[in-house]
Amino acid sequence: MSEPTTDYTDTLTIPEPKENLKHPLESYIRSERFPHIWCSSCGIGTIVTAYISGLQKSGLDPEKVAVVSGIGCSGRAAGYLRLDSFHSTHGRALPFATGLALGNPELKVSVISGDGDIAAIGGNHFIHSARRNIDLNIICINNFNYAMTGGQAGPTTPLEANASTTPYGCYEYPFNLPFLAESSGAVYVARWTALHIRRLTNAISEALQKPGFSFIEIISPCPTLYARRNRLGTGLDTMKFYHDSATIQHGADTREVDIEYQKKIIVGKFVDKDKPTFTEARDTFLNKKLGDQYVPYRRPNNGH
Amino acid sequence: MSYWRVPLDIQNVKIPKGDIHIITERCKGCNFCVEYCPRDVLEMSTDFNRKGYHYPQVLKQGACVNCNLCEMICPEFSIYCLEGEEKPPEPDQVLRKGENHES
Repeated sequence: MSEPTTDYTDTLTIPEPKENLKHPLESYIRSERFPHIWCSSCGIGTIVTAYISGLQKSGLDPEKVAVVSGIGCSGRAAGYLRLDSFHSTHGRALPFATGLALGNPELKVSVISGDGDIAAIGGNHFIHSARRNIDLNIICINNFNYAMTGGQAGPTTPLEANASTTPYGCYEYPFNLPFLAESSGAVYVARWTALHIRRLTNAISEALQKPGFSFIEIISPCPTLYARRNRLGTGLDTMKFYHDSATIQHGADTREVDIEYQKKIIVGKFVDKDKPTFTEARDTFLNKKLGDQYVPYRRPNNGH
Repeated sequence: MSYWRVPLDIQNVKIPKGDIHIITERCKGCNFCVEYCPRDVLEMSTDFNRKGYHYPQVLKQGACVNCNLCEMICPEFSIYCLEGEEKPPEPDQVLRKGENHES
């Protein structure tokens, strides 16, 4: 009786890894953790590239930038960035970032997280951080469902879209995130898709340089759950859909930028206004009331 | 084939050239770079990498103009473009009338 053959290697061509290739953004990513967890043709990797390019373009010192993220697929972004980064608990990325920004005013704090993390469980933190105009930069990656836990319907799932908790279609009205951000008091509100990479890079660079609460919603393909459950094809098909249906309308009224299921997506920079940040407003107000008695908080030199 | 008039500064124009490098082991075969390359430089290889995905390979050697779009759209940090030696445009590379080079 002969041994069954188990060696199939000669039937496949598997190339040996080539010489040491070094990606230009290698110094910003923790490539020792690669391959990352994001599915093939998911848009989050593209958005992380755009974030790094935007950071380079903004001219900020990477030593003075911190990234906080919550739970979810996009929550892993903090772990793959070679910056000061923290992966916080579900929905609590914004309170953590608020503490970081107030405790060390020199830091520019970015929050990269998903729609479920920012708008659902962290919704209250979101509206109050925007109301107080804390110096934060929010990058909300919207894939229309809770992709990490199996595709449940979330606060942005469009009406009629199929999710694992709404098998006959979603009947809840979704959030219009730019409108929510603007009405809560954000000073910079934009929406782009994962396909608009150059405009997205410019928006991230602008938002990082903007003092105050800046909010960028990024529509991203979810090939494994949202697109599969709704028979929308691969991530590439979703990208082609963005190409066909995204309309750029800078300065559009945020009340009218709802996203309907597979209808046109209005993208662009909606709001860009100036308003004193939380720290500035606090210092000005208390200076006026207390005069010299008021000593503004400064981070101690030996602080860590 | 009708051409726009020859640009006055044609002697000074240099077309940038890019060298594409592909870290095949990171690729997950999403096809974004192949689809969105404005010069259609890339194609999907028939080979697999260690994870079992097809990865892109350079189809038209020397056609890359270093626009870096593949590098920006790649979700896996697995393709990048470095600036190569610039060269003067060939006659057939002068913009043809009505051709859209913005995408």
